[in-house]
Amino acid sequence: MSGKVITITSGKGGVGKTTVTANLAVSLALSGDRVVCIDGDIGLRNLDVVLGLENRIVYDLVDVVEGRCRLRQAMIRDKRLPELHLIPAAQTRDKSSVSPSDMVRLCDELKPETDWILIDSPAGIERGFRNAIAAAEEILVVTNPEVSAVRDADRVIGLVESEEKGPAKLIINRVNPVLTRRGDMLNAEDVLELLAVELIGIIPEDDHVVASTNRGLPISLDGKCKAGQAFTNIARRLRGDEVPFLNLDEKPGLLGKISRLIRVGGQ
Amino acid sequence: MSGVTKPKIQIKGIREGLLVTLGEGGWPDLVEALTQHIEEQAAFFRGAKITLDVGAHALKAVDLGSLRDALSDRGVSLWAVLSSSPTTEKTAQILGLATRISTSRAERTIRSHEPSMGGETASLIQKTLRSGTKVQYPGHIIIVGDVNPGAEIEAGGSIIVWGKIRGAVHAGSGGDEKAVICALDLSPTQLRIAGHLASGLTWGFFRRRGKPQPEMARLLAGKVVAEVWNTKIK
Repeated sequence: MSGKVITITSGKGGVGKTTVTANLAVSLALSGDRVVCIDGDIGLRNLDVVLGLENRIVYDLVDVVEGRCRLRQAMIRDKRLPELHLIPAAQTRDKSSVSPSDMVRLCDELKPETDWILIDSPAGIERGFRNAIAAAEEILVVTNPEVSAVRDADRVIGLVESEEKGPAKLIINRVNPVLTRRGDMLNAEDVLELLAVELIGIIPEDDHVVASTNRGLPISLDGKCKAGQAFTNIARRLRGDEVPFLNLDEKPGLLGKISRLIRVGGQ
Repeated sequence: MSGVTKPKIQIKGIREGLLVTLGEGGWPDLVEALTQHIEEQAAFFRGAKITLDVGAHALKAVDLGSLRDALSDRGVSLWAVLSSSPTTEKTAQILGLATRISTSRAERTIRSHEPSMGGETASLIQKTLRSGTKVQYPGHIIIVGDVNPGAEIEAGGSIIVWGKIRGAVHAGSGGDEKAVICALDLSPTQLRIAGHLASGLTWGFFRRRGKPQPEMARLLAGKVVAEVWNTKIK
C-alpha cells in the first residue's frame, strides 16, 4: 500500500497548520497507520517543537536534499508512537534551499514504506508554499472564522485549483461558539459560502491546545477534550469514515446558528 | 546543452515598461535564457516593469509564480503576461497579473469617435473569481459566479455579475461614463465608474444584514449611485 501525500496549508500564518499537522499525524498513528510528517517551513521550523521532538534533531530536510545524509537518517521516530516519524525542517537555511522537484522525489522515496505523508506548509504563497504542494495528492486548507484568514484561504484555494491538484478541503480552526452566537465571529456557513469547498473539520478554540503545543504533547493523545476529539474525527474522515461534526454549543438543544453549523457539514 | 542555439528574446519599450517576447523553445530553456539575459544586462533591467509575451505556452501557477520570483530576485517586476493560451491567461489572472496592455494612442483616438452601440465585445467568465484574481478587458465583462473579496475586475465597458460582487470593480476604465455595474448582490470593497470612485460604501462582514437585492450602479450627475434594479431604469 502506497502512502498518500497530504499537504496542510492556509495562506495566513498562525491559524493552526502546524498544530493540525501534528495532531492529525498522532491521530492517524494511534489508529495503527504509519505516518511520516515533513516540516516544510524551512528557516522557521515549528513542527518539531509541537511534537516534542526538538531535542532529537540530528539531520533535517535540507541535509537530505543536499545529499549530506540518507533519508532514513533524517527521520525522527516519535517518543510515544513507533509508527510516527518526523523529518524536520532546517532552521539555519531558508526556503530557496529546497525545490518542488526535491519534494516530489522525497515523497516518492517515502511512499512505499508509509501510509500517510503529511506536509506542514509554511504561511504565504511563494516558494515554501509551492514546495509544500508539489507532491500533494490532497490539500487541506486551514482557516480561522475570521475575515482576513478567510480572504487568504480563498487566495490559496484559487492557486490550488489552478494547479489542478483537485479541490481543496477545509478545516475551520479556533471556533468560539460564544463569539459566534454574539455575531462577533463568522460562523461556519459564512465561511463555507465564500470559500465553496468541502468541509472536513471544525475545531473549537480550546485552552488545552496552548498548553499542549508548549509542552510538545499533541492534544489528540488525550481524546477527552473537544479539540482532541475534533482532530480524531478529521483523521477518521481522511481514512474514509463518515463522522458527524461535533456539537460545539455549550448549551445542548439550543436552536439557532450553532445547530445550523452541524447540519451544514453533517450530511 | 551548449550545442543548442539559445532561444531568441525580443525586447521593446512600451508605455507600461518593457515588452519581452519569448521565441521558440521549451519553457525551462526560455526561463534560463531570460534570466541569463537579465543577469548579463543587470544595470539596464534593474527596476524594470516587464510585460512578457509567452506565445502559445500553457503555464500553470507554479511555473509562472516561480518565474515571477526569479525576476523579482533580479530586481525586475513582472507586471503582465500575454499569451494565446487560455490556460496561461487564467493562471495570470489568478496571480493578479495583467493580461492586456493598453492599445496604441492612434487606435484609442479612433475608438472614442465610435457610437457607443457599435462594435461592442464582451468577455464571459463562468466561474467565481477568488481572492487575488484580476480580470481586465477593454469591452464588457460578464461573470456568472461571485467576485470574492480580494478579486479585481477592470472593464473598458460595463460589468455584469450574475452573483455577488464583494471585490473591487472598475467599469468604464477608459473613461466611458455610461458604463454600469450590475450584480445580484452589490457589496464591493471598491467601486469605480470611469474616473469616479463610489464613496460611503458600507462593506465587509458587518455590513447591512437582510436579503440582498439586485442592484445597478451608474454615474448620475458625476456621482456614483446604486439603485435596486427595476425595469424602469434606462
